[in-house]
Amino acid sequence: MDTNSKLQIPNSKLLDYTLRLADDALILGHRLGEWCGHGPILEQDIALTNTALDHLGRARSLYQYAAELFNQMPADEKKQVFTSVAIQNLVSTGANVDEDDLAYLRDGWDFRNALLLEQPNIDWAYTVARALFYDTFNYFFFTELSKSKNESLAAVAEKSLKEVTYHLRWSSEWAVRLGDGTDESHARMQKAVNELWMYSGELFTPNETDEEMSRAGLGVDLTKIKPLYMARVQEVLSEATLTTPPDTWMQQGGRNGRHSEHLGYVLAELQFMQRAYPGMEW
Amino acid sequence: MSNSFQEHFDRLIDSEVTIEPKDWMPDDYRKTLIRQISQHAHSEIVGMLPEGNWITRAPSLRRKAVLLAKVQDEAGHGLYLYSAAETLGVTRDELYNQLHTGKAKYSSIFNYPTLTWADMGAVGWLVDGAAIMNQVPLCRTSYGPYARAMVRVCKEESFHQRQGFEIMLTLSKGTEIQKKMAQDAFNRWWWPSLMMFGPPDAESPHTAQSVRWRIKRLTNDELRQKFVDVTVEQAKVLGLEMPDKDIKWNEERGHHDFGAINWEEFRNVVKGNGPCNKQRLETRKKAWDEGQWVRDAAMAHAEKRKSRKKAA
Repeated sequence: MDTNSKLQIPNSKLLDYTLRLADDALILGHRLGEWCGHGPILEQDIALTNTALDHLGRARSLYQYAAELFNQMPADEKKQVFTSVAIQNLVSTGANVDEDDLAYLRDGWDFRNALLLEQPNIDWAYTVARALFYDTFNYFFFTELSKSKNESLAAVAEKSLKEVTYHLRWSSEWAVRLGDGTDESHARMQKAVNELWMYSGELFTPNETDEEMSRAGLGVDLTKIKPLYMARVQEVLSEATLTTPPDTWMQQGGRNGRHSEHLGYVLAELQFMQRAYPGMEW
Repeated sequence: MSNSFQEHFDRLIDSEVTIEPKDWMPDDYRKTLIRQISQHAHSEIVGMLPEGNWITRAPSLRRKAVLLAKVQDEAGHGLYLYSAAETLGVTRDELYNQLHTGKAKYSSIFNYPTLTWADMGAVGWLVDGAAIMNQVPLCRTSYGPYARAMVRVCKEESFHQRQGFEIMLTLSKGTEIQKKMAQDAFNRWWWPSLMMFGPPDAESPHTAQSVRWRIKRLTNDELRQKFVDVTVEQAKVLGLEMPDKDIKWNEERGHHDFGAINWEEFRNVVKGNGPCNKQRLETRKKAWDEGQWVRDAAMAHAEKRKSRKKAA
């Protein structure tokens, strides 16, 4: 049994935290899935699909846990959590939600993923840059989260760490290959790094949930992992002969449900079946 | 001299021993194998597209993951098969080039569109089912690398076929709408699946030689009949109607009779007039062309590493 009740963290905070991790994983898994069949090299098509599957697998574990947390809430509290009509309907009939309800029935403003992860693939360089920032973040984040007093989160972190270590190797190697490849690949990679940079800061900007979770020993202290992240990203970029972008204005909003325009289209596609044919088993 | 090589080769073929890359083989045998294996590899790669369509729209997280894994398996099959073809002295890039210029063919079935989620069921059930019938005999084909690749391919394909059937079963046990979706997909995929076995034996130009070389082990019509017989029983389990009014058990033959196949359609789809021929080929070409700078970068970087190592 989880010890969070003793630590007096409201379920709603724990749910918010779990959901954002699940949403990060689902949205990037979905984006990487878009590459399947369209990759530049057959072996890389396979490698990227493996990563997409890792992210999806982690999303599922986290959504299952999130559903558990949600289902334990009192009915009147449940009504405050999501704006989704479909989930409100489930709640009013007293039905439990499951992993798919959380993934397929919430609208954008209920999604908590970081803006970085919903950014489009554009090309191999953008895909690699996005992966490099996220994989580096994940590596340090899950290292810390595996020490969480919350057993469910710690278990997911532990399992993910093996996968994330591989992801980080993949994205670092590709960043170096593209940065230190041809003139064209160097220019493309630098451009991708520059343009995605403004989405990387959000990963380290704590909101109220982060602070409470971290104080209770359940979540990760983002200020602690940020220098580790910066050192590692700079090391990779420098090996790739790329310039680390200067400090800049960082975009925010994903963690609080304010997204870029891209998320709406991702969800329109992702949720199409559940929206067009509601309430069926597939 | 060449005669004795030929005799040795014929003896190997007759005694069911496998031919290996370093063995002498007649030019036609090599050419036929390159054509067949690369066609098969191309089919795997192009075949990723119709199902890949639905990765972003799969109706549940489990289905999404299973579909991704399935399409990934197809990429893996393409990889084994291109590698098998390479043992015959042709490069993967040459083979891609043949695909992109329209010189090489791939299975025509992939020129049909996937319109609903039920198509993920029907493709797995029928298309992978037909592919397995075609491919299982190839696990004993005369050319060693091809036979070994096919053993792996067939194992995974039979898993895919069960997954497809399971999607159909879920739909057929679902709501009326889901059942309708399943029947519609069955109706659309049935005839193209029958065409997957190729033209009737009487019109199949390569069959006799290929059977002799054990590149093919059963004729098109034999395999097609087997597929019809099996599918009739499976459709009963699903509670779906066969999309052919002429299907009838023939006591005398011990097989099901079935209606006439529209070979005019088949020839047109092969010629490039199918609903998605252009789209599929353009998608493949686009992926290849847009990936050129990535492959160039990987090569350039590997070269840089090598020369730095030398200098050090």
